Amino acid sequence: MTGKDEAELSGLLRAAIAGDERAYADFLHRIAALVRGFVRRKIVQGGVDPEDVVQETLLAIHVKRHTWRPDAPVLPWVYAIARFKLIDAFRRRGRRIEVEIDEIAETFAEPETETVSERDINRALEGLPPTQRSVVSSISVEGHSIGETAAKLGVSETAVRVSLHRGLAAIAKRFGRQ
Amino acid sequence: MRTEDLIKALDADAGKKAMPMGKAWWLAAGVAVAIAAAVFFTTIGPRPDIMPAMHTMRFMSKFVFTLVLAASAFALIRVLSMPGASTRRAMASMVAAPLLVVLAVVLELFAIPQAEWGKRLVGSNMMICMTFIPLIGVGPLAVFLGMLRYGAPTRPVLAGAAAGLLAGGLAATFYAAHCFDDSPLFVATWYTIAIAFLTLLGAIGGRLFVRW
Repeated sequence: MTGKDEAELSGLLRAAIAGDERAYADFLHRIAALVRGFVRRKIVQGGVDPEDVVQETLLAIHVKRHTWRPDAPVLPWVYAIARFKLIDAFRRRGRRIEVEIDEIAETFAEPETETVSERDINRALEGLPPTQRSVVSSISVEGHSIGETAAKLGVSETAVRVSLHRGLAAIAKRFGRQ
Repeated sequence: MRTEDLIKALDADAGKKAMPMGKAWWLAAGVAVAIAAAVFFTTIGPRPDIMPAMHTMRFMSKFVFTLVLAASAFALIRVLSMPGASTRRAMASMVAAPLLVVLAVVLELFAIPQAEWGKRLVGSNMMICMTFIPLIGVGPLAVFLGMLRYGAPTRPVLAGAAAGLLAGGLAATFYAAHCFDDSPLFVATWYTIAIAFLTLLGAIGGRLFVRW
């Protein structure tokens, strides 16, 4: 969290907003590492998976990047979002405890589904309409480009971009609503 | 999904641009003023003697209070909608409007005889005041809460309350042009109650609707 970090990261995000995709990927990787360190330090007891909070924070940073003023420092903005998402995760866990008993009961009843390793984001992804879901997982999990995804699904690149944008926004919104 | 994979998706979506918050707030303010004006002019409208009234200090002082409130609440809600922005100065500026009202009340108590105090405080319009300030303000409040959803307030309840104060300041500015009760004693009592109602409504709205 040094002054050098701050200058480099705000420079990267400024470049990203100006349309430099490479800078954006760089920015997100470095932010992910910082936020991971931050939430791991904050979560001392089990129950909340730090990586879930990292992912929720990255999504929020992405869909709310218009709330950063390019002349303001970027790290206070990032950590304010990370803290908000961390508190949200704790609050949600508190609320979910009663629900979880039923979920465990169901898991015992259906051992086949037990093997799936659960991330919050996977659940959110599964809740998307089919087109958005296949576009988001094609680009993320399968690592295809926009063009490859368009060819694979037989739709235009514009349609892929729209589905990706809506899908990500819907996942972010779902995290906020829980 | 691994975090690496998520970053791929976010990166592919980098091209989509949203309107910067600063600009969006001014746009929202314009829409809110238009809604408030539409409700005001289609219902009660300005008082008929507004031209001569504009030469009196008491009438004009009402606009000072309401506009100072609206301006400081606008500054506050803007910083509250952006994570990590410092709120200290904007919070401090929120005392300006109440201070001005208190000062005006003290001056009024000196200016008029004690026998008149009760009459000035009760006025003739309190029910209209408490009906129309919320009525004019509720549309703008909805616009501001919508803007908070577009933003990223890390303190949604406080931000919602600021939205209520802003809507209240705006609505009271219009209502002040209608009302015949110009005494600071009236304003300090009934305007405050009406604006407090909108503030409470805003805080509840912030709690319920401002999730992100």
